[in-house]
Amino acid sequence: MLKVDEVLPDTETADIRTYLASQEKKTLLRFLTCGSVDDGKSTLIGRLLYDTKLIFEDQLATLEQDSKKHGTTGDDIDLALLVDGLEAERQQGITIDVAYRFFATPKRKFIVADTPGHEQYTRNMATGASSADLAVVLVDARQGVLAQTRRHSIIASLLGIRNIVLAVNKIDLVDFDEGVFKRIVAEYEAFAKDLGFASVVPIPMSARYGDNVTRASDKSPWYTGPSLIDHLETVDVEGDAAERPFRFPVQYVNRPNHEFRGFAGTVASGSIAVGHDVVVAKSGKRSRVKRIATYDGDRERASEGEAVTLLLDDEIEVSRGNMLVAPNARPHVADQLAANVVWFDEHPLLPGRMYLLRTETDQVNATVSHLKHRTNVNNFAHEAAKSLDLNEVGVCNFSLQAPIAFDSFEENRTTGAFVLIDRLTNATVGAGMILHPLRRAANIHWQALDVTKASRSELKHQKPAVLWFTGLSGSGKSTIANLLEKKLHAAGRHTYILDGDNVRHGLNRDLGFTEEDRVENIRRVAEVARLMAEAGLIVLVSFISPFRAERRMARDLMTEGEFIEVFIDTPFEECARRDPKGLYARALKGEIKNFTGVDSPYEVPELADVHLPTVDRSPEDLVEELETWLKERGYC
Amino acid sequence: MSAPLTHLQRLEAESIHIMREVAASFSKPVMLYSIGKDSSVLLHLAMKAFYPAKPPFPFLHVDTTWKFREMIAFRDRMAEELGFDLLVHINEDGVRDGINPFDHGSNVHTHVMKTVALRQALDKYGFDAAFGGARRDEEKSRAKERIFSFRNSSHGWDPKNQRPEMWKIYNTRIAQGESIRVFPLSNWTELDIWQYILQENIPIVPLYFAKKRPVVDRGGMTILVDDDRLKLQPDEKIEERKVRFRTLGCYPLTGAIDSDAETLEGIVAEMLTARTSERQGRLIDRDETGSMEKKKREGYF
Repeated sequence: MLKVDEVLPDTETADIRTYLASQEKKTLLRFLTCGSVDDGKSTLIGRLLYDTKLIFEDQLATLEQDSKKHGTTGDDIDLALLVDGLEAERQQGITIDVAYRFFATPKRKFIVADTPGHEQYTRNMATGASSADLAVVLVDARQGVLAQTRRHSIIASLLGIRNIVLAVNKIDLVDFDEGVFKRIVAEYEAFAKDLGFASVVPIPMSARYGDNVTRASDKSPWYTGPSLIDHLETVDVEGDAAERPFRFPVQYVNRPNHEFRGFAGTVASGSIAVGHDVVVAKSGKRSRVKRIATYDGDRERASEGEAVTLLLDDEIEVSRGNMLVAPNARPHVADQLAANVVWFDEHPLLPGRMYLLRTETDQVNATVSHLKHRTNVNNFAHEAAKSLDLNEVGVCNFSLQAPIAFDSFEENRTTGAFVLIDRLTNATVGAGMILHPLRRAANIHWQALDVTKASRSELKHQKPAVLWFTGLSGSGKSTIANLLEKKLHAAGRHTYILDGDNVRHGLNRDLGFTEEDRVENIRRVAEVARLMAEAGLIVLVSFISPFRAERRMARDLMTEGEFIEVFIDTPFEECARRDPKGLYARALKGEIKNFTGVDSPYEVPELADVHLPTVDRSPEDLVEELETWLKERGYC
Repeated sequence: MSAPLTHLQRLEAESIHIMREVAASFSKPVMLYSIGKDSSVLLHLAMKAFYPAKPPFPFLHVDTTWKFREMIAFRDRMAEELGFDLLVHINEDGVRDGINPFDHGSNVHTHVMKTVALRQALDKYGFDAAFGGARRDEEKSRAKERIFSFRNSSHGWDPKNQRPEMWKIYNTRIAQGESIRVFPLSNWTELDIWQYILQENIPIVPLYFAKKRPVVDRGGMTILVDDDRLKLQPDEKIEERKVRFRTLGCYPLTGAIDSDAETLEGIVAEMLTARTSERQGRLIDRDETGSMEKKKREGYF
């Protein structure tokens, strides 16, 4: 039994100092509780806080009041309400988001993340797991191992957690039956054997009544292992103590004056001392550490976890996103890599779509070049998939617009991780754990060419451009593009039209009309358009291109200012009325699936360079307006 | 091999890391400075994070005009000594309407003079990131909040739809008009704060230390008679008692505790044996269950 009061000193100053010094020596364990809904995660944490005397009187009074109102435990106090802090959580009696709670015993300090069990809130469980060293996986003794138990275990494993406590909870409800306990443990161990856990410690417990949580229970005499708190106080999560290579992601360049040019950051691994050589990861340039500056005075040495500022001997180029590293053990620098991905967003991950990939200090545009497989959370099977849906995990190859410096996640949890951000909504849509760089990119270098885009376009006396016509089917894109090309051609310009329908007969004939295929369709067309612009041409692309994200991707592929988005704005009703190819009639009857405007969305451009509403205007009139726009900007 | 970092060293490094992320990623950050012990720690950490430069952002104090006088004196002295850029904002509409905690109650007063005032200040200067000193161990809804906490263009918090926050990789992307509240002290506990103040010799407002002060008992709280705006009820009388404060806010809304703790060590000793949480002295948290979450959704820190 635990008694925090025992260690409390009297109020003498010297004793307080001694007490605080002893507090400082305590290690910290960060862990999470996870598992399926209603397995008692919040109750368990409430129990830990309660038994370690961290509930204050006013909180206890509030708890009693809340238990009467929302409690799910009859007349007893409902310990889960200590943790479920959001109104919606208390009302629904569930956990929505991760809560962080703090407690300490005479031996250790703890930060515990109480994570939600519902599948729809898996991303919040991942948030809690990303900073944890140990996971307490709860199982309801009456239910056994469930899909969510497995999903959370897999995510914990992917996120690098190596120590598991299998808490077989509510053992009181099965009369402390050893057989039930053994069956659940056997089932879990069979499932978890491939997850790479260093330890799985099963404990039968009752969070509600406290059995085997902070004290050994006399109701389970057949269990001789540690109580949960005994285990948490003593478990070693440091693992391999061997020193790892020096990694220093540069966060911020500090230049208060001409004499001081410091690189501020947190040492991700290893250590560094004044006089040591370092290499700039991306450029390979070498220098030596001149000073390690801190507010508390210069230091001789800095090691893992410390936030310091390094000054180098030489004036070399280093900016945020780069890394200072050990010369003899460098990270990978590549623009192609493979990674485990956990997907957090309602909109699925799609190969070909561009996302923002953010590491601790670097960020770069990235597309999933290949979705290798999805992992079935029940049996680990690798399944072929065209997308990753909310809460799914899989392995993807990424293609980045610029190289980044990284290690594999297995080697370094700090320099081997990234998140994916949606470039339009800015939502954090996924998390990645890097497996390895893809050598393909490393071996294929850009061939430097002597004849450049500038020289090619000069020969043609024109400014290259990609005019991207977007709008609904039948809006008049092709008609307008065609008329414009005739005029440009007559004026001696070198042009080419890429038409959506035509390209589908050749280059893209293997693609259908699902969301994934549409993304790939546009990626290919954008790449071809880019090559043509490189050749010095004025390219007219006539494509429905319904998704903002893909139009944005096309824009980002081109040189700044060369991409001109032209929105041919014809309302749905008008297009359906015109219906030049008879497609609307068929789509509305349900004969054509995934038809833009009918059962597939068209995302209206927000920032089109040229916006042409077509109703009540002739094509000639519209082309003239467009031509004027181009003339004013020197394209024709 | 070097010795592993102590608990406080880890917390300090994490907070500094967070501050540098903000300075590197946002165009117009600000640090909310509320003059209390947590703000004092925040300020100290900011001085460390950017040394030898000064913190590359201003410090904003939202003055409700009901702060303890000693707080205002302390604020001005710190700005002078450390040379940071101090902005003070007062909701002039509220002043004009005579909003005060006595006549309008803690709810209206806090909403107008604090929450609305803060929104006014953020809009006025166009800040895109604002540091606050909140800790997760303070209150249940704070325990749920991210370190980088997204706010929509009307400063609202949507607790049911927070961005995942993985490792130390913070998503700092926002659209025009949106902002992020950043809490570098999220993982600190009250004990950590005091321990750090002791270790680093950080100056704090003298109100935290016990001293004979004039107080009245009102509504179960001990209120300091800080100026003559506090009107005595017929049955109330001013007493001289040795008291101190565990947290600091508006003086009519902040309860003092009877105490003999005149030193930091004394404060820590008292805290270790305390049977009530620190926010218990704050009237505004108790108006109704879940009231902190409600205030936060409206833009309170």
